[in-house]
Amino acid sequence: MSLSSLSIEPSGSKPKHLTIGRIGLYCFILICALFFLMPLYVMIVTSLKDMDEIRSGNLLYIPKTLSFYAWPKAWSEACTGFVCEGLKPGLINSIKITVPSVIVSVSLGALNGYALAFWRFKGAYLFFGLCLFGAFIPYQVMVYPLLKIESAIGIYSSLPGIILVHTIFGMPILTLIFRNFYASLPIDLFKAARIDGGNFLKIFFYVIIPMSTPITIVAVILQVTGIWNDFLLGLVFAGRDNQPMTVQLNNIVQVDFGVAEYNVDMAATILTSMIPLAVYFISGRWFVRGIAAGAIKG
Amino acid sequence: MKNSVEVKKLSFNYGKLEILKNLDLNIQDGEFMVLLGPSGCGKTTLLNCIAGLLDLNEGQIWIENDNVTWKEPKDRHIGMVFQSYALYPSMTVEKNLSFGLRMMNVNKGIIQEKIKKASELLQIGDLLHRKPSQLSGGQRQRVAIGRALVRDAKVFLFDEPLSNLDAKLRAELRYEIKKLHRDLGNTMIYVTHDQIEAMTLADRIAVMKNGVIQQLDSPKQIYNKPANLFVADFIGSPGMNFFNGKYNKEENSFSFNNSNISLENYEFENQPEDTSSIVLGIRPEDILLNKSANSTEFKIELIEPMGADTLIWLSFENVPFSVRLEGSSNYKLGDLIHLEFNIKRASLFDKKSEKRI
Amino acid sequence: MQSLTRNLASKIALLPMIIISLTVFVGCIIYSFVYSLTGSKLIPALNYVGFKQYEMLFKSRKWDVAVENIFIYGFVFTIGCLVIGFLLAVLIDQKIRGESLFRTIFLYPYAMSFVVTGLVWKWVLNPTFGFEHSMHLWGFEWFKLDWLVNRELAIYAVCIAAVWQGAGFVMVLMLAGLRGIDDDIWKSLSIEGVPKWKSYLFVILPMIRPMVVTSIVLIAAGVVKVYDLILALTSGGPGFATTTPAMYVMENFFSRANLGQAFAASIIMFISVVCILAPWAYYEFYFRNKEAKA
Repeated sequence: MSLSSLSIEPSGSKPKHLTIGRIGLYCFILICALFFLMPLYVMIVTSLKDMDEIRSGNLLYIPKTLSFYAWPKAWSEACTGFVCEGLKPGLINSIKITVPSVIVSVSLGALNGYALAFWRFKGAYLFFGLCLFGAFIPYQVMVYPLLKIESAIGIYSSLPGIILVHTIFGMPILTLIFRNFYASLPIDLFKAARIDGGNFLKIFFYVIIPMSTPITIVAVILQVTGIWNDFLLGLVFAGRDNQPMTVQLNNIVQVDFGVAEYNVDMAATILTSMIPLAVYFISGRWFVRGIAAGAIKG
Repeated sequence: MKNSVEVKKLSFNYGKLEILKNLDLNIQDGEFMVLLGPSGCGKTTLLNCIAGLLDLNEGQIWIENDNVTWKEPKDRHIGMVFQSYALYPSMTVEKNLSFGLRMMNVNKGIIQEKIKKASELLQIGDLLHRKPSQLSGGQRQRVAIGRALVRDAKVFLFDEPLSNLDAKLRAELRYEIKKLHRDLGNTMIYVTHDQIEAMTLADRIAVMKNGVIQQLDSPKQIYNKPANLFVADFIGSPGMNFFNGKYNKEENSFSFNNSNISLENYEFENQPEDTSSIVLGIRPEDILLNKSANSTEFKIELIEPMGADTLIWLSFENVPFSVRLEGSSNYKLGDLIHLEFNIKRASLFDKKSEKRI
Repeated sequence: MQSLTRNLASKIALLPMIIISLTVFVGCIIYSFVYSLTGSKLIPALNYVGFKQYEMLFKSRKWDVAVENIFIYGFVFTIGCLVIGFLLAVLIDQKIRGESLFRTIFLYPYAMSFVVTGLVWKWVLNPTFGFEHSMHLWGFEWFKLDWLVNRELAIYAVCIAAVWQGAGFVMVLMLAGLRGIDDDIWKSLSIEGVPKWKSYLFVILPMIRPMVVTSIVLIAAGVVKVYDLILALTSGGPGFATTTPAMYVMENFFSRANLGQAFAASIIMFISVVCILAPWAYYEFYFRNKEAKA
C-alpha cells in the first residue's frame, strides 16, 4: 500500500488538501458565530462587572474584578416601579401562569386534533380553518375585545384570565400539530379499535394517548417557551399581582428615575431567559422540531 | 478486445466497515456489465466509486485507458442514470437535458443539435417543454437517460434505474435499454438486485456478496453452472432445490438418507473424496417426468399454477422440493407421479467450502 | 335530528374550539370593526361617526411614521432573515466540523423573548458605554454607532436585533429543506460538473421553494405583530421615530384613551395580515390541490 501510494500514478484515496474555499468557509462561519454569540457574552460579562468598570472599561472585555453584586440585587431587590422585590415574584408568577396554561392548552389541542383526525363531521374543518386563521391575527387586534369579554365573566386581571388567553391563542397551532400527527398514524389502527368496540373517549385514552408521547413533547416545548417569553398578553391580562417575568424585567430596566445599573439589568435579563435557554439546550433536537412544527403545516 | 473500464485492487471502507475488498473488475469496450446482488452487497458502492462519487481507500480506476482515480466525476467521460431519476424538478425536460452543457458554456447550436438527437433516439421530442412532475415514471427515466446521452458519455452507469417502476413498465424499459445498447454500442454498467433484469440485459453478470464478486460470467453460465451455493441459490425463480448428502466414491453416487442417486452423467470439475459432505442442487425444470425403471414415485403435496408453467411441490426423504411442469398439465393434489433427476444439468457443491465441484 | 347526534362526542369535544373561533376570532374582529365606526374615547360607546376614525388615522403623522417603519422593518427583516438564514443553512450543509455546535449557536437567540432581545441590543448599542465605546477604546475614534439615538437609523437597530433573533429559525427551516434534497440530485450535479454555487442557486433553491414561501409568510405575519421588541429596545423613540402600527394601537387603547382610533388602526392591521395570508393560503390549499390532482 505504502509503495503504491508513492508511485506516480494516482491510486488509493484522493489526497485531501484544505482548499482556499474551505478555509474561507470556516472563516465566514466563525465570524457569523461570533456575531451571534456576542450579545450573550456581553450579557454575562456585564452582569459580573461593577458599575465603575462598566463606565470606564471596554464592553467586550472580561471583568477585571469579578463582582457578584448585580445577581442578588436583580433576583430580590431591584425595583419595578415602587415595589423593590426583584425578579423573584416574576419568576413565581411566570411559573404559575405557564404550568396550567401549558397543561390546559396541550390537552385541549390533543383532544381537538384527535376529533378532527378521526371523528370528522360536516363543518368541523370550517371552524378549524377559522381558528387557524386566527393564529395569524396580531394579538393587538383582539386584545381589547377579549379584555371586555373577560371583564364580563369577571376573570379579567387574574390568573384564570391570563391562562384562558394563553389557551385560546395556543389552541390553533396545537390543534394543527396534533391533527397532523394523528393523521399520519395508520387509520387501520383506529378502525381496529372501533371494531373492538371502543368509543370516542376510550379510543382516545387507551389507544391514542399512549402513542402521543413524541408530539406531546414537541407541543409542550412550543408552549413553554412561547408562554414564558410572552410579554403583551401578560401585560394586559395578568393583572398587577400576577405579572410575568418578562413584564417585570422590562419594568426593572426601563426605570424612569434613579441611576441605571446596567449590571443589574443584564443579570435580570439572563435570569429571565434562563428557562427557555435551558429548555433549548436540554431538548435541542426536540426544540427544533417543536418550533418547526409550530411554524410549518405538516 | 480493449478494456473500457478497469477496476484494480479496489477497497472501500465506511469507517471500520469494509464494504469492498481488494476488488478487480475489467469491463470490455461496448460491454453490458450487470452488477447483481442482494442489498448491502456493495454493488452500488462499486458503481459510485467508478463514477467518482465516493473516494475509494485503495486501488485504481481506469476509464478509457485513463487513470481517473483522483479525477472529478465530470472528467470521467461518464453519464449516470439514477433510481430516483434525479431530474431537476423546476426545469423543463429541455432545460434538464441542456443544464450541464449550459453550465460548461457549450455553444447553443451544438446544445440544440444534441438535444434533438437524444430526444429522437428516446422518443421524448414532444415532451421537451414539460416539467418532470408532468411526466410518467417511464418518461422520466427516458429523460434521465437522455441527460447521459447529451453528455457524449463513453460509459453509461445505471443505478437500479427501473426499481421505482411497476412490472409492466419495467419490462418495457428493459427492452428499450437493451435496444439503446445495441444501437449505441457504449459500455454500460448496470446495478440491480433484479435477476430478470440482469439475465435479460447483461453480456456478463458480476454476482456480488459482502463486497466480493462471487462469479463473473455470461448469464447462461451463471444460470447453468453457478460457481457456488450462494449464486445457485440467488439466481433462478422459483429457486433451485437443494439436498444435503454424502459422496459415495465406489458407486460414484450421491447418497441421501436411504436413497442413492447415480452421478454417472455429472461432469465433475474436481472429484470429491469418499464420504465427503456434498450438496446436490437441481433446478425445478431439470426434474423430469419419467415412467422408466430407474425413476422414483412421489406424491403431489401442493400445486402452484403460474400460467405458462405449473409448479408442483413434493418431498424426497422429507425434504420438500419443487418441479416445474407445463401449464397444461392436469395433476391434482395427492396424485402419484414418477420423476427422474437430470443429473447432467444438476450442480454439486462442497458442503464446507460451498464451491462447485 | 339524527345528523346532529352523529359523532356527538366529537362535536362536544370540539365545542370549545367552535366557541372560540366564533366568539374570539370572528367576534372580536366584528366588535372592533363596529366600534371603529364610533367616536369612543375612554369607554366603548356606540356614537357612530362613520369612517371618521379612519380619516383621522390616515391624516395622523404618527400613523404615517408607523406605517413607514413597518415597511422598512418588514423589508429589511424579511430579506435579512432569508438571506442570512439561507446562507447559514448552506454553510452548515457543507459537511463542516462541529455542525451541531454551530447550529446551536445560530439558533439560541430564538429561544429568547423579544423583551430580552431588545434589552440586550439596547445595551450593546448604547452610545455611551456600548460597542461604540469599545471601538473608541481600541483607537478607532472616528467610529460611530449612534443608531439608537438617531431618528433616521433607529429603526435599523430594531432590524439588526430582530434578524439576530430570527435568522437561526429560518436557517432551521431551510436546512430541513436542504436535507430533504435527494442525494441523487447532488450526484447528478457532480457528474455534470456544475459548480456548487450554481447548483444552489439554479437547482436547489427552486427545489426548496415551499420552505422559502413558508418562511416568508411566517416572517411577514410576525412583522405586523412587532411590539415587545421595539418597546424594550427604543420604546418607540427617539420621539416616535420607531413607532409601529401595533404600538399605535396599544397606545390609543391603554394610555391615550382613544378607543375609536385604536379600533380603526387595529382593523387596518387585520386587513394587512389578510392581504399577506390570502395569496399564500390560496396557493397552499387550492392551487396545490389542483396541481396534485392534475
